[in-house]
Amino acid sequence: MKLSGKIEEKVFKVLMVIATYSILAVLAIIIYSIFAKGIKALSWEILSQVPQGGYYYGKGGGILNAILGSLSLAFGATLLAFIVGLPVALYINVFLVRRKKLITLFRFILDLVWGIPSIVYGAFGFSMMIMLGLQTSLLAGMLTVTLFILPIMIRSMDEILQTVPIGLSEATYSLGANKSELAFKIFTRQTISGIITAILLSFGRAIGDAASVLFTAGYTDNLPNSLMEPVATLPLSIFFQLSSPVPAVQDRAYASALVLTLIILLVSLFSRGLGKRYHKTKINF
Amino acid sequence: MYLLNRIQRHRVNYTWMIVSLLLVASLPFLLFLGLYLKSFLLIHDYHLSDLLFSRVWKPGSGKFGFYPFIVGSIWVTLLAMLISAPICLLTSIYVTQYTRKRFLRIMHPAIDILAGIPSVVYGVWGILVIVPFISRFVGPLFGVQTLGYSILAAALVLSVMIIPFILNILIEVFRTIPVELKEASLSLGATQWQTVKSVLVKKALPGIIAAYGFGLARAFGETMAVLMVVGNVVKLPKSVFDPGYTLPALIANNYGEMLSIPKYESALMFAALILLAVSLFFNLVMHFFIDRYNKFSA
Repeated sequence: MKLSGKIEEKVFKVLMVIATYSILAVLAIIIYSIFAKGIKALSWEILSQVPQGGYYYGKGGGILNAILGSLSLAFGATLLAFIVGLPVALYINVFLVRRKKLITLFRFILDLVWGIPSIVYGAFGFSMMIMLGLQTSLLAGMLTVTLFILPIMIRSMDEILQTVPIGLSEATYSLGANKSELAFKIFTRQTISGIITAILLSFGRAIGDAASVLFTAGYTDNLPNSLMEPVATLPLSIFFQLSSPVPAVQDRAYASALVLTLIILLVSLFSRGLGKRYHKTKINF
Repeated sequence: MYLLNRIQRHRVNYTWMIVSLLLVASLPFLLFLGLYLKSFLLIHDYHLSDLLFSRVWKPGSGKFGFYPFIVGSIWVTLLAMLISAPICLLTSIYVTQYTRKRFLRIMHPAIDILAGIPSVVYGVWGILVIVPFISRFVGPLFGVQTLGYSILAAALVLSVMIIPFILNILIEVFRTIPVELKEASLSLGATQWQTVKSVLVKKALPGIIAAYGFGLARAFGETMAVLMVVGNVVKLPKSVFDPGYTLPALIANNYGEMLSIPKYESALMFAALILLAVSLFFNLVMHFFIDRYNKFSA
C-alpha cells in the first residue's frame, strides 16, 4: 500500500514535469518555426511597399498596406473601446460599489460577452453593415473589432480597479469630492499601470483577430486613406497569401506571420515594461 | 479654467457612464436579436430538426443540412479538450504545489505569450509543423494515408490554443484554495501527493470543471486556425485522420458567395446563431455552477 502510493506519486510527478515542460517546448517550437520560416522571406521590400501588379503570382511588392491597415484599424478600435470601456469599468467600481448584486450581474454579462467567438461578431457586424447599406470599410471593421475587444478591455480594467483600497475613496470623499471626480481623478491615477496594460492587451487582440474583420474590413492593395474604404489587415493578408499555390507568395505569408508575431511580442513586452514603471506612482496603504 | 462647473461635469460624466454601460449590457441581446432576425428566413422555412440533423448541404438547390458541420465542430472540440485537459491539470498542480514561486514567474509570461499569439499564426504553425507531422509520422504509424489536413490536425492546434486559457483559470483555482486545508491534511500525516489527490483536487473540482467548460466554449468558436488545417470537406468524418468542416469555418469560408444564392446569407447567420447559443449556454451553465458551489462552500 505504502509502496504503491510512493510509486503513484513518482509516476504523477514525472507526468506533471512532462506536461509543464511540453507546454514550454511547444511555445518554443511555435516561436522557432515562425521565425525560421519567416526570416528567410523577410526583406525591406516586403515591409516598405504595397503589392505591385502580379504580386499574388510572385511579382514584386510588399505588405505595407496590411501593416498600416492593421495598425490603424487596431488603433481606432482600441481608442473607441477605451472611450466606452473606461466609464463602464469606473461606474461598476465607484458608483455600484455597494450594490453587490448589480456588480455581479454586470460582471456576469461581461464574461458572457467575452466568451462569444469573434466570428459571431464578424457575422453580426456584417449583417448590421448590410442593414445600414454600408460597404466593407475601415470604419465597419473598426466598429466590429471594438465590440469584440470591449469586454476584454472592461474586464481587465475592472480587475485592477477592484484593488483600489476603500480608504482612498473615503479620503477623497472627506475632501468634498463627488463620485465622478473620485472615478476620473483618483481611481484612474491610482490604477494607471493596470489601465495601460488593459489597453495594450486589447490592442494585441484587435490586431491579431481575423475572423471579425473578414467580412467587415474587406481587403485592398492600397494604403488606408479613408474611413469609408476597405482596408487590408495583416491576419487576412497572411491567410490569403498562404492559400496561394505559388511558393514565393506562400513565403511572403510566412514573413507576414513573423511581422504579426513580432508586433504582438513587442506589445506584450511594452505592457510589462510600462506596468512596472508606473507602479512607483501608486499610493500604497 | 474649465468650461463647465463641477456639478455639470459630474452630470456629463455620469451620462457618459450610463450610456456606455447600457450599450455594453445590451450587447448579448443585440447580438442574439440581430442574428435571429437575419436567420429568420431560414428558421421560418425549415424545421429546426431538419436544419440541425440533415446531412445534405447544397445551398444552390436550397438544401441546408448543418449536421456535418456540427459533428465536425464537436469532434474537433472534444478531441482538443481530451488533449489539453490532462496537460493543464497536471501543469497547474505542478506549478502551484511542487515548484517555487520563482517558477511561476517564468511560466506566467510563457502562458501570456501563448494566449497572445493570434489565431492566424497558430494556423500558419499548424500548416508548417502539425500537418506534415501527421501526414508523415502519425498517419503511417496507424497505417493511414492522409494529407495531414484533418480533424486531428485541427484538434492538436486547437488544444495548444486553449491551454493558456484553461491553465490560467486552473492556476487561479489552485491558488485560492486556503492553505490551512493543505496544512491540516499534511499535519494528519498525509503525504504531499495524498494531499493533492484527496484534498486539493477534491476541493478544486467545481473550479476544474468550470475551467474545462469555459475552455470547451472557447474551442467551439475558434475560427481561423481550425479553418486553415481542418481540410474543409463537407462530409461526416469517419476517423480523426479524415478532413472535416466546422461551423466557424463554414461562415468564414463562404462570406464571398453568400450574397448570390438566396437564403445563403440567412444560413450562415444561422450558423453564427448556433455558435452564439452554444457559447452563451456553456458560459451560463458554468457560471451558475461556480455560484452554487461558492454558496455551499462559504
